[in-house]
Amino acid sequence: MATKGKVTGVIANMVLLAVDGPVAQNEICYIKTGGDRLMAEVIKINGAKVYVQVFESTRRLKIGEEAEFTGHMLEVSLAPGMLSKNYDGLQNDLDKMEGVFLKRGDYTNPLDEDRIWHFEPLVKEGDTVTAAAWLGAVEENHQNLKIMAPFGIEGKWTVKSIAKAGDYRITDTVAVIENGQGEVKELNMIQKWPVRVAMTDYREKPRPFKLLETGVRTIDTLNPIVEGGTGFIPGPFGTGKTVLQHAISKQAEADIVIIAACGERANEVVEIFTEFPELIDPHTGRKLMERTIIIANTSNMPVAAREASVYTAMTIAEYYRAMGLRVLLMADSTSRWAQALREMSNRMEELPGPDAFPMDISSIIANFYSRAGYVYLNNGEAGSITFIGTVSPAGGNLKEPVTENTKKVARCFYALEQDRADKKRYPAVNPIDSYSKYIEYPEFAEYITGRIGDGWLSMVNEAKTRLLRGKEIAEQINILGDDGVPVDYHVTFWKSELIDYVVLQQDAFDEIDAVTSLERQQEILKNVTAMCRAEYDFDTFQEVTDFFKKAINICKQMNYSEFKSDKYNSFNAELVKLLETKQVSND
Amino acid sequence: MATEAFKKIYTKINSITKATCSLKASGVGYDELATVDGKLAQVVKIMGDEVTLQVFEGTGGIPTDAEVVFLGKAPTLKVSEQLAGRFFNAYGDPIDGGPAVEGQEVEIGGPSVNPVRRKQPSELIATGIAGIDLNNTLVTGQKIPFFADPDQPYNQVMANVAMRAETDKIILGGMGMTNDDYLYFKNLFTNAGALDRIISFMNTTEDPAVERLLIPDMALTAAEYFAVEKNEKVLVLLTDMTMYADALSIVSNRMDQIPSKDSMPGSLYSDLAKIYEKAVQFPAGGSITIIAVTTLSGGDITHAVPDNTGYITEGQLFLRRDSDIGKVIVDPFRSLSRLKQLVSGKKTRKDHPQVMNAAVRLYADAANAKTKLENGFDLTDYDQRALSFAKEYSDKLLAIDVNLNTTEMLDVTWGLFSKYFKPEEVNIRQEFVEKYWK
Repeated sequence: MATKGKVTGVIANMVLLAVDGPVAQNEICYIKTGGDRLMAEVIKINGAKVYVQVFESTRRLKIGEEAEFTGHMLEVSLAPGMLSKNYDGLQNDLDKMEGVFLKRGDYTNPLDEDRIWHFEPLVKEGDTVTAAAWLGAVEENHQNLKIMAPFGIEGKWTVKSIAKAGDYRITDTVAVIENGQGEVKELNMIQKWPVRVAMTDYREKPRPFKLLETGVRTIDTLNPIVEGGTGFIPGPFGTGKTVLQHAISKQAEADIVIIAACGERANEVVEIFTEFPELIDPHTGRKLMERTIIIANTSNMPVAAREASVYTAMTIAEYYRAMGLRVLLMADSTSRWAQALREMSNRMEELPGPDAFPMDISSIIANFYSRAGYVYLNNGEAGSITFIGTVSPAGGNLKEPVTENTKKVARCFYALEQDRADKKRYPAVNPIDSYSKYIEYPEFAEYITGRIGDGWLSMVNEAKTRLLRGKEIAEQINILGDDGVPVDYHVTFWKSELIDYVVLQQDAFDEIDAVTSLERQQEILKNVTAMCRAEYDFDTFQEVTDFFKKAINICKQMNYSEFKSDKYNSFNAELVKLLETKQVSND
Repeated sequence: MATEAFKKIYTKINSITKATCSLKASGVGYDELATVDGKLAQVVKIMGDEVTLQVFEGTGGIPTDAEVVFLGKAPTLKVSEQLAGRFFNAYGDPIDGGPAVEGQEVEIGGPSVNPVRRKQPSELIATGIAGIDLNNTLVTGQKIPFFADPDQPYNQVMANVAMRAETDKIILGGMGMTNDDYLYFKNLFTNAGALDRIISFMNTTEDPAVERLLIPDMALTAAEYFAVEKNEKVLVLLTDMTMYADALSIVSNRMDQIPSKDSMPGSLYSDLAKIYEKAVQFPAGGSITIIAVTTLSGGDITHAVPDNTGYITEGQLFLRRDSDIGKVIVDPFRSLSRLKQLVSGKKTRKDHPQVMNAAVRLYADAANAKTKLENGFDLTDYDQRALSFAKEYSDKLLAIDVNLNTTEMLDVTWGLFSKYFKPEEVNIRQEFVEKYWK
């Protein structure tokens, strides 16, 4: 018999229940009130007194109303048919809901049970399988998806029967497996998995090494992220966090992109709904929406569901990684998730940690980031989850608990800076404070050398040094005045400006400039490096400024032109001519 | 009333604080309204048979044997066309001497719009102010606040924007507004002959602070009626949201909640988001646009209220007095409209985004030159030109007394570019330079 409870207290979305049987931490229950069933999750148990967080508004909830426990934790349903879907934080299909406004207690099936899939078996009768083994394959939106043995099973199982190639619904039985103890499972295409538990049915998790191309120069060239890597983007509001995140999700070379809009603006999600079905994936030529899943729990949707939404997104990502796919997971913003934790901890009257966040915020963040990664599956194939989270630091101050604790665990740091944003130097990623730990990995060096040849990393490091040098000199010029420093100083300063304007700054709204292929990034960096390495002959600092402004303008026009087009080539010729006027020949 | 028979009356209050009182009661729903000694109150906590009520007016003068009546409903507003042209208090009762409004009774603070049912905002709201239309274009369905110090003319600019914008209804939500400002709005609306499309919900500094908490929900419930039922374009003005947040912190303090940054409740972000996210473009054509005011203390935007607001709203507008021209301008550095790219260059001329960015970049160069000048350094020829440009740009475009259409604004900017700079100093796509350079 399922455990039942009665409401004994209500404070906003925290409800106290008196229960009549066993209850598990994080177990899901439904509270019945005025014809609605409100989903809630156990967050604290004290004898027969159980605290639950309700994923909905608790308006008009009364003492004595009944709750029914389900015996399972918050879980998602995983099967073919999820691509292009728009879910809320609890994996309800938003498109299946009726009406313009969300209705309390309206839960919809995340899967389409009537859709027919063409199934191809990958095992035969008598084969031995373990958890997450690939039993068969179906195709969805041109992606080869796997039907897998349940993630939760233990030990070795024997395939008793497997469906023949043909058309099936996700609810049809496609395989029967049996273990040594004579336990038999009939399997359809649906998996269920509790979102707060990491799915670890893989052989090993090596250090990631493969570049994940994003088309954003300040990332790919300067501080690259890798398949299976983790990164975070902190920034005060108005510094272009969302624009950068959308650019990455549009352009990244991934098979599946999952966007968790966690406590952010609804219009930003609408932008994705509106644009992605039209936009083309630059790598495959197909519609972006075909590879995208959106988890939309915007800021006005219930707080507890917001907290759950990042876990829902991560679990869906793990499902696709187990198929050997490259998944990119973006969460905007992890600060809103942490704030949801804070609201709940506050209502439970827990002793607060820094800035009233719960004490265990650092371990919660660390555990979450650790679920990303590049893995070798049990069958030797590789899959990855690259996770990039944004952080919205209160007051733009990076010394706050969420930013600090994220910095401890994420390997790439893209610091958005107010000052750069004010000067409209977009993307406003500070080139000096930001870092990628991956660029120091020998595994990465080996990979990138194989991909684009020797000399790349040394050019990148040279550019970074020049940027730092340029910043130092800019400070000196500010203090001493233009005339107070040697002309050489101006040359060094303008070389760093050249790198800034041509490599780092990129117009996310320009058709051509928005995405730069790795090949083109290589060309740009080569060009800029050559210009920086050259010796020039200037008499006055004014000449330096004029010369570099002209050079920057031409390089920018090149960035706006189709790569290697006539227009591009003619600008290039113009640039060569300009360089000849001041360059000292090395012959 | 049909529910009259079910009303339960209690007369024993156990504890009273400045804003709340608690009593033993049963069958009470969360969020439900009650009257305590005739004063309106709302259930904020139920623990066993102990119910805590937040008394909007404050608890002054309430005796422990006061009559407490539970009304069995959350706060409501009666909505119909009759709302137009009227002034109401925080409870939705008329304060203009007119009759009570008849219409459908709707609970305020209703559910959120399903994000997949929203439409992407795409209609420009022209205000004639170039600091807004040129640099920070507003779009229907947007939410944007003025970040302003209390001494700045934000209410006047907001009123200007409201009167010039082409909308079907303007709904003003006044929180902690001084009586003088209330009369300013009242006179302005009356004299403009625009009263029939304006609805006001007012909480002045003379009214109890906690009552303010109802104002945004009242205003937005009325807005939803006109935007959803009548497919109208509704502009909601909320001033001042900092006063609203102050009331939130008073209540959370009385409820013994652990304060987070700047003594604000930990739920401040969600509380503000619930209001601002009511801004929406409906597929049927109706829309709710929110322009709010968040007053700052000494220009500090890292304070919890402007900070959380900035993360919720789609940009913010800053006002600044420019001493070079002696006028108030819309600050081009700190102001931002996040939705501008949905219309600029699409609903306006194609060169709009690049012209806008180039002008702001040059304005930033002028700011650098100014710093150099203040530090006693010689200015280059470029610095001089940038400074002259900045002054004229400020006067002809950024000042809040400007009233032009966007094409005129672009032409004026190109004129200034040509007057002070060479094309390579402006960094704009060649095709635009060829077309518009004067």
